[in-house]
Amino acid sequence: MASWRYVLQGMAYAAFITVLGYFSVAPAYRYLPPDKAVIKLAFSHAAERRVPCRKLSPAEIAELAPNMRKPEACERERLPLLVELEMDGELIYRAEERPTGLWKDGASTVYRKFVVAPGKHRVLARLRDSRDAVAFDYEQDAEVDLAPQQNFVIGFRKTTGGFTFQ
Amino acid sequence: MSLVKGLLRRLFEQAERGFDLAFSSAWNPFRQLGALGWFFYWIVAASGIYLYVFFDTGITQAHQSIEWIMNNQWYVGSVTRSLHRYASDALVVVVVLHLMREFSLDRLRGRRWFGWFTGLPVLWFIYACGISGYWLVWDKLAQYIAIATSEWLDTLPFFGEPIAGNFLSSAALSGRFFTLLVFIHIAAPLLMLLLMWVHIQRYSRPRINPPRGLAAGTLLALVVLSLVFPAVSQAPADLDVVPAVVGFDWFYLAAYPLLDVVPGGQLWLGLAVGTAALAVLPWVPPEKRRAAAVVNLDNCNGCARCAEDCPFEAITMEPRSDGAAYDTEAVVNLSNCMSCGICAGACPTATPYRRATALTPGIELPQHPIAGLRERTISAAEALEGQSRVLIFGCERAGNLESLAGADATALIMPCVGMLPPSFVDFVISRRLADGVLIAGCPAGDCYQRLGDEWTRQRMSRERDPYLRSRVPAERLRLCWRTADDASGRRAELERFQTSLAVLPPVKARELGAAREAKRG
Repeated sequence: MASWRYVLQGMAYAAFITVLGYFSVAPAYRYLPPDKAVIKLAFSHAAERRVPCRKLSPAEIAELAPNMRKPEACERERLPLLVELEMDGELIYRAEERPTGLWKDGASTVYRKFVVAPGKHRVLARLRDSRDAVAFDYEQDAEVDLAPQQNFVIGFRKTTGGFTFQ
Repeated sequence: MSLVKGLLRRLFEQAERGFDLAFSSAWNPFRQLGALGWFFYWIVAASGIYLYVFFDTGITQAHQSIEWIMNNQWYVGSVTRSLHRYASDALVVVVVLHLMREFSLDRLRGRRWFGWFTGLPVLWFIYACGISGYWLVWDKLAQYIAIATSEWLDTLPFFGEPIAGNFLSSAALSGRFFTLLVFIHIAAPLLMLLLMWVHIQRYSRPRINPPRGLAAGTLLALVVLSLVFPAVSQAPADLDVVPAVVGFDWFYLAAYPLLDVVPGGQLWLGLAVGTAALAVLPWVPPEKRRAAAVVNLDNCNGCARCAEDCPFEAITMEPRSDGAAYDTEAVVNLSNCMSCGICAGACPTATPYRRATALTPGIELPQHPIAGLRERTISAAEALEGQSRVLIFGCERAGNLESLAGADATALIMPCVGMLPPSFVDFVISRRLADGVLIAGCPAGDCYQRLGDEWTRQRMSRERDPYLRSRVPAERLRLCWRTADDASGRRAELERFQTSLAVLPPVKARELGAAREAKRG
């Protein structure tokens, strides 16, 4: 093979690896402005059933197969969750989260991101998971001091008493 | 559609012509894209196996173990890790180019749908492998990918609990997720290999290894890149801090920034529709199917040359069904046959000299019978005039060969030059139907029918059965392998050939006899 061909090949290989090397790390991608912070409201929680369970009478229980006997009859469908989030007195999120599952019998899930300015903020989270039409079942507020690029998570765990801020 | 195809074709032909100068036709990377894909796959697999030996799947250990490989194994770890990344990137490049090029060449239509259709899921698997691999390093980029991918996956209606919930905070992160990821990162390439194997099932002699020189040059280039610009991890992931700016591998992650402007569900829909649109391309618009090759058992002696030469695994040799005194007969699989005629070119009974019986070879294309080719050859030659009469046997994909026709040259077009039995060249020269024969086909290694150029070259150089008879003077045969758009190159080659023919003494029976004597001697 003529030597000039090797030179051309070298140039082709050089171009190829330059493209590979460059685009494997650059240009950098800006996912979030560096002077911002993120609040994530994220949790899963099952609301009450849409229709309350009904206690079965002894006669009704006796009619059931021995391995299927239970004290209550419950419909599967659950209520949606009503979730609100306020920041510095301003309502920034309010939504009804539907239960998951084909029969709407699963937990409702919330996963929302809010890009906010760093600094001190008053955060108030509310949640309704019952048939109460007016009041919220859980409500919690906190003053947070967010650093730039901080990932601040608002969760919910019924077993620990409600909302968590971390 | 044809406009896009034509534009792409022109772009590729321009690039290929440039690369022909540097690499030669046989080494041209554009003609080896599929083989290069296999080559990069093996580099990724080998380097990945090495890295896995030292990789730790713990939340903090994942990043640490990669750093240890990079810093404590002299150049070996660093180069291996870099090869793993750069070969993965190169794999994306060659596979996407391979897809675009096959589309531009129309190598997906009709019965060739199988290779196209089975190649599309390979593309998805490549991305699954690459993205899960980036995730494993658990640096800032991995953190971004983990969150963005899980949020994107959560837009699908399959998951009860959001996957993104696993990446809310450092406290919520479980090491078991890495074990799952490692499993995905090993299982996905293995499934991909299976798909790659399926992808080449309908091709005989699939090209899965690039020429050694090209492979060596490519590997050397990747090693140089790994030494000069080693792939490194970014800062360790910290879920309590959002990765604001990340170094980005655009080969694998180009779709991710779209998530900032397009809802995840719509992006999934777009990708699904795009994939489905690509999947139906072989049938859009519907193609008129050409008749498959037909076996004439009366003339088939079961020699198996057609089965040996078929590029599409369309011919098998089965036990004889007609009671003839041969063990096997050729059977054509109609769904695999591309109607290229290469089987007819391989058949020893496809000879224009036959006089005692009708010229019906053991196998041929119904729409391009060998008897018809003889008639066309004779009648085309009768119209030729001059001292350098050239009969051109050309492939229908090798450009507008009729434009070469004149008083002293005429072209006979066939589905592939591999359909031309070598005896036809001998027939033309020995009967002095023309002074020379020019065979015009696709560039080396780029035959539309895959192997037509290679078999023709070997048959005419007497390396492959059926051989061109030795009495045919080499200077009266010219093989011309050029891209379809290279009309000026073909014209120039024809003129050079005619010039060389003009100074040759006329073919005489005596000359042919002398060649025969020389062979005996």
